[in-house]
Amino acid sequence: MRPEDFAYVAKMLKERSGLIVTPDKAYLLESRLTPIARKRGLKGLDELLQQLPSGGEDLQREVTEAMTTNESFFFRDIKPFDQFKSLVLPLLLKNKAAKKSFRIWSAACSSGQEAYSLSMIIKEEGAKLAGWKVEIVGTDISHEMLEKARAGIYSQFEVQRGLPVQMMVKYFKKNNETWQIDPSIRQMVQFREFNLLHDLKSLGQFDVVFCRNVLIYFDQPTKSKVLENISKIVPDDGILYLGGAETVLGISDKFKPIPEQRGIYAVNR
Amino acid sequence: MKSCLIVDDSKVIRMVAKKILQELGFSTAEAEDGQKALEHCQRELPDAVLLDWNMPVMNGLEFLNALRKLPGGDRPIVVLCSTENDIDHIQEAITEGANEYIMKPFDSEILQTKFSQVGLL
Repeated sequence: MRPEDFAYVAKMLKERSGLIVTPDKAYLLESRLTPIARKRGLKGLDELLQQLPSGGEDLQREVTEAMTTNESFFFRDIKPFDQFKSLVLPLLLKNKAAKKSFRIWSAACSSGQEAYSLSMIIKEEGAKLAGWKVEIVGTDISHEMLEKARAGIYSQFEVQRGLPVQMMVKYFKKNNETWQIDPSIRQMVQFREFNLLHDLKSLGQFDVVFCRNVLIYFDQPTKSKVLENISKIVPDDGILYLGGAETVLGISDKFKPIPEQRGIYAVNR
Repeated sequence: MKSCLIVDDSKVIRMVAKKILQELGFSTAEAEDGQKALEHCQRELPDAVLLDWNMPVMNGLEFLNALRKLPGGDRPIVVLCSTENDIDHIQEAITEGANEYIMKPFDSEILQTKFSQVGLL
């Protein structure tokens, strides 16, 4: 790999998605992009990278999508979802009682498992939410991932990662070797193509934002910027979820940790 | 340290499961069919059982039934682990008292997430 090719692709990825690829992560380019090179009938990664500057929007987009796609699973880390059910949902029921509606955003939703996990929880708690309007929006930069999310079709491996078997039996149907989530769950989520670095206002306001394991891919200024942008589209009683290895401390003063609740943050105004 | 009894007629599967479970901090014991597993449980009850379905001598569900009838036999957490991957089979296993269900083939991530869901990790 020529240094100038690496520099070009790293800069392109940062500009388009915020993703930081350092030279020690160059192997990721190899594993993620070689399939694209093959598909296009090129010899390998080097040839693909050489074509990238003049490759046009399609190629640049495909490369960005391949590099930013990350595996996701149902009820990832379990705790945040238990917390959602036992703490956040009761809070929403109390705070939003007057208008009987709230909105949840799964940012960088990948193939939809997080958004669908939340839908299943809300479905299970249906009795408490009778007459309520609950909107769940999943956004991702990758067109391909969103297609998969909308279809709600998962492999046998995916459907076993994090999903309790009772939930699987209740909400999934098997077609040959794949599993599809029930239409009643699917229709609870809207999936939209969206770049987190763009102006978030068009998405509207969200009472709860799940932005887990996203900031880890950004550099410090981008992290601060994204957190600041999120703070502008949540109300004063809004809640932000970050991944287990992420924090707002030292990055942004727009959010503050909620005491004794790991991973969730309140707006700091 | 929690204990897990691995019940499978395939030596290879028992070996793979043993390696994963020991890495997760379990002490393990093995049985090659339901009968041997039941004999083990009559001597001492494990915290968890990773249980294959189709085995000679006594199959997984027959073992599960017998286990649940032992004194204290409702305590071990049983994770069925089978190539049977249709809803009817899974439903039957749950009805018979399995706490979780893994469709083969599995990897360490699946085993780990399933074991944490049932509170073993």
